[in-house]
Amino acid sequence: MNWCQYPGYVIGNDALTNYGCRIFGGLGTTMELVAISVVLGSGLGLAIALVRLYGGVVSSSVAAAYTTFFRGTPLLAQLFLVYYGAGQIRPLLQDVGLWVYFREAFFCAAFTFTLNTAAYQAEVYRGAIQSVHRGQWEAARALGMRARHIFWKVVAPQAGMVALRPLGNELVIMVKSSAVASLVTILDLMGSTRFAFARSFDLMVYVFAALLYLLIVEIIRRVWDVIEQRLTRHLHTA
Amino acid sequence: MRPQSRPSLGRTIKKPFVMKRLFLALVAALFATAPLSPACAKDWSTIRIATEGAYPPFNYVENNELQGFEIDVAKALCEKAKATCSFVITDWDDLVPDLKRGQIDAIVASLEITEERRQKIALTRRYYRTPPVFMVRKDTDLKAVTPDAMKGRKLGAMAGTVYATYLEDLYAPGAAVGLYANQDEASLDLALGRIDAVLGDKIALTEWLKRGQEASCCQFLADAPPDVTYFGEGYGIGLRKGDDDLKRLLDAAIEAIQADGTYERIRARYFPFDVK
Repeated sequence: MNWCQYPGYVIGNDALTNYGCRIFGGLGTTMELVAISVVLGSGLGLAIALVRLYGGVVSSSVAAAYTTFFRGTPLLAQLFLVYYGAGQIRPLLQDVGLWVYFREAFFCAAFTFTLNTAAYQAEVYRGAIQSVHRGQWEAARALGMRARHIFWKVVAPQAGMVALRPLGNELVIMVKSSAVASLVTILDLMGSTRFAFARSFDLMVYVFAALLYLLIVEIIRRVWDVIEQRLTRHLHTA
Repeated sequence: MRPQSRPSLGRTIKKPFVMKRLFLALVAALFATAPLSPACAKDWSTIRIATEGAYPPFNYVENNELQGFEIDVAKALCEKAKATCSFVITDWDDLVPDLKRGQIDAIVASLEITEERRQKIALTRRYYRTPPVFMVRKDTDLKAVTPDAMKGRKLGAMAGTVYATYLEDLYAPGAAVGLYANQDEASLDLALGRIDAVLGDKIALTEWLKRGQEASCCQFLADAPPDVTYFGEGYGIGLRKGDDDLKRLLDAAIEAIQADGTYERIRARYFPFDVK
């Protein structure tokens, strides 16, 4: 017996035994999808936040429009727009050699989720950077530091403490929102659970999937506690 | 697969039938005191048939008249059985109760032949079925629809349907099977070139092929084998248990109209392919 059949076997549930491996496989797909999107999205989000804060009039309003669009429309609508929209402009995508990527549902989902989470993360970074007092900039400049150094050495560490919790929220929300990927044929945790349910009509598979989502979220919460301890260690009294 | 309950008819159409049924119920109440003998052989020169009238193209109301493929089949059956048939429109949920109460004699409303239904009522032999079909793009290089021919391809079906189960069981993992929330999304993805073939209900896909610019991309390649364990036994006429002579009469009539070409003539008016 495979390890992935074990939970179903232990509680004596046939559906979980039969489809356990698919559900765990789906869990892997969900984690992969979320990890890729959130990591790429954090880079893009930081860039957008910097453009919005320090860019010119045009570039900062473009960045503002971007975040407004992606935070203001449903993730599912964005995913369908990319997935079926890419199909509509297939000849164009083929000309530039991008169709091989947009052909894959997984790529479309990762692409959409990256753009979406980047918008949310940009707002988190922007707020966090703005929360660092002007005096910190001025003091660093008085010491003769260059802007780049001031940002990374003085402002970023302080902003990081502020941004940490909202970023954790965003990660948790992405884990749960990623379930919409199942609507474009991706067998993520939700997709493989729906598959198992359509076959077995046993509601236990949904209960099991819910527990797995809960488990991921709980793990993230605990990891975030550890990171916070680390980032704020200078504030703790010994 | 058909849902168990479907939207009922609008008021304007339904009202006269409700009145009619009320009247029938009153008449039935009057006669209720008379001795009943349901067990003895009845005279089947008149058959009261109920349908739903809300499931085009099989049974529907147009210009205040009941029409559709299975209505035409039923009329042909009555003619063959030398019986006068009356039709009444009944809500989907009332069909079987009305049959059991004896208000009607037969249900012609695309009742799928299932074991569960056989427990409750008798069913005639199949008078139609909807074949499962593989749809492909016109520029495809696929020649056949066997699991071997489909190896390494991407296939699509609507999640939770018998078509999805069939593909998963017989074509995966040799072929990648993508499951969609509805049939149209699978068809669209085929048109867009993400998948190589779609398996679905031939009647529904024929309707899809008739509309939209996307549909011009695609055509049928071949039917899937009519595997009863996956696709069911088809659709039969619902009868009361115990009306064995009526079942024999209608079974024979179904065979007869299929043998003499009547069935094919009716079928050709509705579907460009075999539904026997």
